[in-house]
Amino acid sequence: MGQNMGSTAGAAPVNAAQAAAASARASAVAETAQRSAGAPAGSFGGMTARSSAMMNPARVAIRDLSFFYGANKALKGITLDLPDRQVTGMIGPSGCGKSTLLRVLNRMYSLYPGQRAEGEVMLDGRNLIADDADLNALRAKVGMVFQKPTPFPMTIHENIAFGIRLHERLSRAEMDERVEWALTRAALWPEVKDRLGASAMGLSGGQQQRLCIARTIAVRPDVILFDEPTSALDPISTLKIEELIDELKRDFTIAIVTHNMQQAARCADQVAFFYLGELVEVAPAAEIFTAPRQKRTQEYVTGRFG
Amino acid sequence: MDHIVKSYEDELKRLRELIARMGGLAERQVADSAYALVRRDSELAGEVVGRDAPIDALEREVDAFCVRLLALRQPMASDLRFIVAALKISQDIERIGDYARNVAKRSIIISGQPFLGGVNGFQWMAQLVQRNLKDSIDAFVRDDADLAERVWAADAPVDDIYTGIFREMLTHMMEDPRNITAATHMLFIAKNFERIGDHATNIAETVHYAVRGAVLPEDRPKADVSADFAGPATGTPGP
Repeated sequence: MGQNMGSTAGAAPVNAAQAAAASARASAVAETAQRSAGAPAGSFGGMTARSSAMMNPARVAIRDLSFFYGANKALKGITLDLPDRQVTGMIGPSGCGKSTLLRVLNRMYSLYPGQRAEGEVMLDGRNLIADDADLNALRAKVGMVFQKPTPFPMTIHENIAFGIRLHERLSRAEMDERVEWALTRAALWPEVKDRLGASAMGLSGGQQQRLCIARTIAVRPDVILFDEPTSALDPISTLKIEELIDELKRDFTIAIVTHNMQQAARCADQVAFFYLGELVEVAPAAEIFTAPRQKRTQEYVTGRFG
Repeated sequence: MDHIVKSYEDELKRLRELIARMGGLAERQVADSAYALVRRDSELAGEVVGRDAPIDALEREVDAFCVRLLALRQPMASDLRFIVAALKISQDIERIGDYARNVAKRSIIISGQPFLGGVNGFQWMAQLVQRNLKDSIDAFVRDDADLAERVWAADAPVDDIYTGIFREMLTHMMEDPRNITAATHMLFIAKNFERIGDHATNIAETVHYAVRGAVLPEDRPKADVSADFAGPATGTPGP
């Protein structure tokens, strides 16, 4: 859209006299300056990686969110949208607050005394961090997958069924169907369908992580949070998880914290860069990794930080 | 600010130096080809023809080096733009070298014949494109987006001179068909300089993107109207 505007307004007359051409030149240059301020700079010679232009409406709206570990302010007035059925990547150096933000989004911090959040995190018209929020209902709506695979010491089938029973009463047939659905969506079904009664601890690391993803989606959440889901996995298992995230975003709103910038570049539709508890910049992935606006983002993604 | 990994920083510096060296060679080729043309110096023209190979070799080196950097360093943001820019600029410089060589070749062919028309247009044109080439390479080496923008906007006079030479040569050919061979060579020579100017502009555009992260508008000021120009007497359409 920005492109069209540019070519009509900036069209230099081919046959014009030189004086006219000179003024057109000046205005064209001025116009470039304007465009570079307003248009998405993610276009790379017309080529854009992923959906650079359009972000869906917000599924989760974070407004002026601050978070405290005791007296220590770990998040400082974060305002960020998680667009519906798209992937938001969160990057930044250790201690920047990205994992803290993830933990706020499903109220994990409520388990610990002295930790509190201020501001709003709106999902379906409700503020998740209000004192009266129903934590069980919240955790069915907002699932989380951790850095290390955390299968329960149970059978593969039970690993999935366990969580579903906390929220729903299903018949045996319905339960089997749901378990198969979850394992299929997690791209694990073909590998485990003949050994659902075997212990989950016998699976490989990559399989265990996909099992955890199956467990998370089994309760059919709206939002899935991934906290460095592949940092303990080999590159091929990592690619399988990334492919899975790509597939899952058709149905779920996803946030992923990662230390691996290339992973954020590969998976995320929009990327948020955090530093010292502040959200420095959020933009479509192609823009963050080709032409970020903020100097600190630029220094971080190019490896010049600090 | 320097990169945390020093060897990566060194590689980026080396890439900048490679382009600077390529640019320097190309500038000299353009200057010498123009000098050889105006001075009817076939010997110098011969040297220019022989000196194109090192530019081609440098282009291949830059190519391989950029692919290597892309694969091994996975550059992001300004580094990514810089490396992609180097890749594109080395191609522009290589083409500029080819055009300079072509000017030299043709100037050898026509050196035995009297110069058609004046040399001023050629001299002036060669000077303008040399300045633009030098400035665009300097802009790349110094990350100077403002200089790049000035080069990008300064190509119109080159096009004007080219249009003038085009008309002049057409007139010579119509006056006496025996002029056609030399005039055609002169026309190609002028076209070569004009193309060199276009590539310098391309380089400036690329530098602007590499430094600022935003592209210049598609429409650049142009003044070459020879494509719309009808011959003076017969009214036949121009090429």
